[in-house]
Amino acid sequence: MPTILILSLAVISIAACIAPTLVRYLGGRAAWLLALAPFAAFVMFLAQAGTIGGGEALVYQVDWFSALGTSFSLRLDGLSLLMALLVTGIGGFIVIYAGGYMHGHPQLGRFFLYLLSFMGSMLGLVLSDNIILLFVFWELTSITSYLLIGFNCEEKESRWKALQALLVTGLGAMAMLAGFILIGMVTGSYSLAEINGMGDLLQASPWYTAIVILVLGGAFTKSAQVPFHFWLPNAMAGPTPVSAYLHSATMVKAGIFLMARLNPSLSGSGLWEYTLAIFGSLTLLLAMFLGLFQKDAKSILAYTTLGVLGVLTMLLGIGSEYAIKAMVVFLIGHALYKATLFMVVGSIDHETGTRDVTLLRGLRKLMPISALAGGLAALSMSGLPPFFGFIGKELIYKAGVKLSGLELVFLAVALVGNLVMMGLALKAGVGPFFGKANHDALPKKPHEAPLAMWIGPIVLAVSGLVIGIVPFWVTEFMVSPAVAAIKGTQIQHLDLALWNLVKPNLPLLLSGVTVLGGFFVFLNRARFWAVSDRVLTAIRPYGAEAMYERIFAGTIWFSKAQTRWLQTGRLHDYVFFIILTTVLFLGWAIFSFGGLNFTIDWGSYDLLMVCLVVIMMIAAVIAVSGRSYITVLVALGVVGFGVALIFAYYGAPDLAITQLLVEMLTVVLFMFVVMRLPPLKTISGRFTRIRDAIMATAFGALMTVLLLKAVNIQFDHKISDKLAAMSYPEAKGKNVVNVILVDFRALDTFGEIVVIAVAALGIAALVATGVKKGKAKSE
Amino acid sequence: MKYFILIQASRLLFPALLVLSLIVLYRGHNLPGGGFIGGLLAATAFILVGLSDSMERAKALLRIEPVKLMALGLVVAIISGLPGMLRGAPFMTGEWLPGFSLPLLGKVHLGTPLVFDVGVYMVVIGFVLHTTFSLAQLAYTQTEDDE
Repeated sequence: MPTILILSLAVISIAACIAPTLVRYLGGRAAWLLALAPFAAFVMFLAQAGTIGGGEALVYQVDWFSALGTSFSLRLDGLSLLMALLVTGIGGFIVIYAGGYMHGHPQLGRFFLYLLSFMGSMLGLVLSDNIILLFVFWELTSITSYLLIGFNCEEKESRWKALQALLVTGLGAMAMLAGFILIGMVTGSYSLAEINGMGDLLQASPWYTAIVILVLGGAFTKSAQVPFHFWLPNAMAGPTPVSAYLHSATMVKAGIFLMARLNPSLSGSGLWEYTLAIFGSLTLLLAMFLGLFQKDAKSILAYTTLGVLGVLTMLLGIGSEYAIKAMVVFLIGHALYKATLFMVVGSIDHETGTRDVTLLRGLRKLMPISALAGGLAALSMSGLPPFFGFIGKELIYKAGVKLSGLELVFLAVALVGNLVMMGLALKAGVGPFFGKANHDALPKKPHEAPLAMWIGPIVLAVSGLVIGIVPFWVTEFMVSPAVAAIKGTQIQHLDLALWNLVKPNLPLLLSGVTVLGGFFVFLNRARFWAVSDRVLTAIRPYGAEAMYERIFAGTIWFSKAQTRWLQTGRLHDYVFFIILTTVLFLGWAIFSFGGLNFTIDWGSYDLLMVCLVVIMMIAAVIAVSGRSYITVLVALGVVGFGVALIFAYYGAPDLAITQLLVEMLTVVLFMFVVMRLPPLKTISGRFTRIRDAIMATAFGALMTVLLLKAVNIQFDHKISDKLAAMSYPEAKGKNVVNVILVDFRALDTFGEIVVIAVAALGIAALVATGVKKGKAKSE
Repeated sequence: MKYFILIQASRLLFPALLVLSLIVLYRGHNLPGGGFIGGLLAATAFILVGLSDSMERAKALLRIEPVKLMALGLVVAIISGLPGMLRGAPFMTGEWLPGFSLPLLGKVHLGTPLVFDVGVYMVVIGFVLHTTFSLAQLAYTQTEDDE
């Protein structure tokens, strides 16, 4: 049933469109109805699990710019099924949660519009088979996430952070597009399925290095790898449901998804593997280091997300069977527990008015369901059995112990990362609920969140537990097909049962170390908080964000500087720059077309024309050297009428008449403004006059050379002959010029009259400013 | 101070110029002329009145604001492109009525290109007069300013 692919997108898009209306009538309760859309899509995808698990793929294709080699093609295989289930399944709960969290918000309708649009874009992204289509959805997620992160747009901070996310991911996407086009050039296809079958061709191509770097530019910015990591914690400026969605299952996973998607064709080289493994490790370490010092529960979660993205990238880089399995399992586990934790933190924030983990304590009696959900999620995140997170962590260690030599560094990194991550998980998900309660320190008297706000967390947290205990269904229909899609191989049966993992071996030992270390970090959390401000302030000037700010400020400085220089507001300078540019490019063009290589046929000019031209030249000199506007105007008029005469003499009456009329009108219009112009003598100094004289002479000389060369070229008369021949029979007109204008090329003419109309509006606007100024002066 | 002879002359010339502009517009398809030239001619007629009498008088004679005239001209030009589409041809394909004879004009061919040219004619008049009227306003504010 390939139509379910487009149907799922349609359902979510429709929900997005009707959201504002629905909210107007139902308020926050509309969320329950809107959530039906993602859940419906979820069920549709779930129904395909059997087919996909059997090794088939669904393809839906419609023509879309087929002349350019692209098409609107969607494809559902193991990897996209997994992502689609996460996007829609978690998305549904987020919608419900948002209905509770943002209850009564005046812009709730707009929020759901953005959220569901983002969901649709994300779904399109994971389903795309054509990489150009994928790019389009990729950009749509950037734009919609910009709207979501900056939703509290009345806060300057929020706008700045949203813009930061947009700029970082947007610039990366530009690189990625270039990479995609290179892929298309090398393989001759934009279809992912076909590209992934041509890995050898890609890797043998001289463009391979460029492709990897450019594509990773997109993936690393989107998935916030070092040194682009800083936008992710900043994106917490968005409302909590947004963070819960963007940072668990969607936005930041897009980069991981892209790398996994292209893994079959791009992996296998040292460049790909080490780049991913090293950047992933660095991201993990940096995230864990910074995470230790955070006090805001949401920030803690943001840094753990960053860490997880690092782990996933690293595992892709390692690329072994176990590593890919670990990656997929970790990805599922993370989506479940991270969405839960974000929502729980949001609920705590909602009910207590703070997210400061140094203040939050002992909430379990007041918020029992949230406490249960948060606790379960934190335990899964810590990687304790029998949670799904445990399987992921075990697989990481299994992949790690298979490494040898220097590569064992990655195992060490994974160990440190998991250990700190467990500490942070407990800090954000368990800490607030235990210990001695001190509710007086809180801004609000806490109580349990409403149903809409705990249903999602509890369902997701419990599923993390259930699929940990009975992983069979998930491994068979989600993990194995996804692993096969990432590895580019046939689907194999995986055995991830818990009892098979709990064996006394090295990985289990490492797990034990992780748990002990994690508790140690958790218990010593206060020590890190004590120095938190000092450490974070000290390292900030050396961080990537400071670099971003410098680049940002530099860009604005440059833009201002060149605007000041090029766009002075003086007509004189504008004309100068326009002519300068023309001279340079025209000179270059003439030079590259053989320079001053032409012959002049003196016999074709008769005496009358020579006299006319001499008169015009004298008039031109007078126009340039004239001391009063009237002299200059008359001299220019002579030149203009001379041109009209030349047109008439060589048989172009239409042009001649137009030229005459335009000359007349120019004089009239000039008379209106002449009173307002400064005296000619004061306009420019000696230096400027000499400079302009040189420029004007150069321009005139170049135009002359250009014309002489043009005359020398033997033009193909076919087109003009054909137009002339067609004029009467086809267009019933004997005046070819007019026929071309109003019939053959009417669309061009239409464009021109639109330009004329716009120019008139522009002139009127400028003049109106002048009139206003004049009036202001006289008052 | 008003120039009596000029005003009288412009009163005679104004209709003559307008008729001329229409003739130029109409004959453009076969002989030199067309919407652009016709539009410029028509605009000079109004400017003549504006200079000799007053811009207010010229505006009154035009009856419609130049901006609206431009907009209307664009609409006319777009509409001229539609009939061809009715029979599946691309936008702006010329369509012609069967020719017929009229006194004075001889054999007449009417078609969408002529309609398009009328659109051009209107936009050009609108452009020139919109610019002229605003510049004139500028000039007169300046004069008041000086006084």
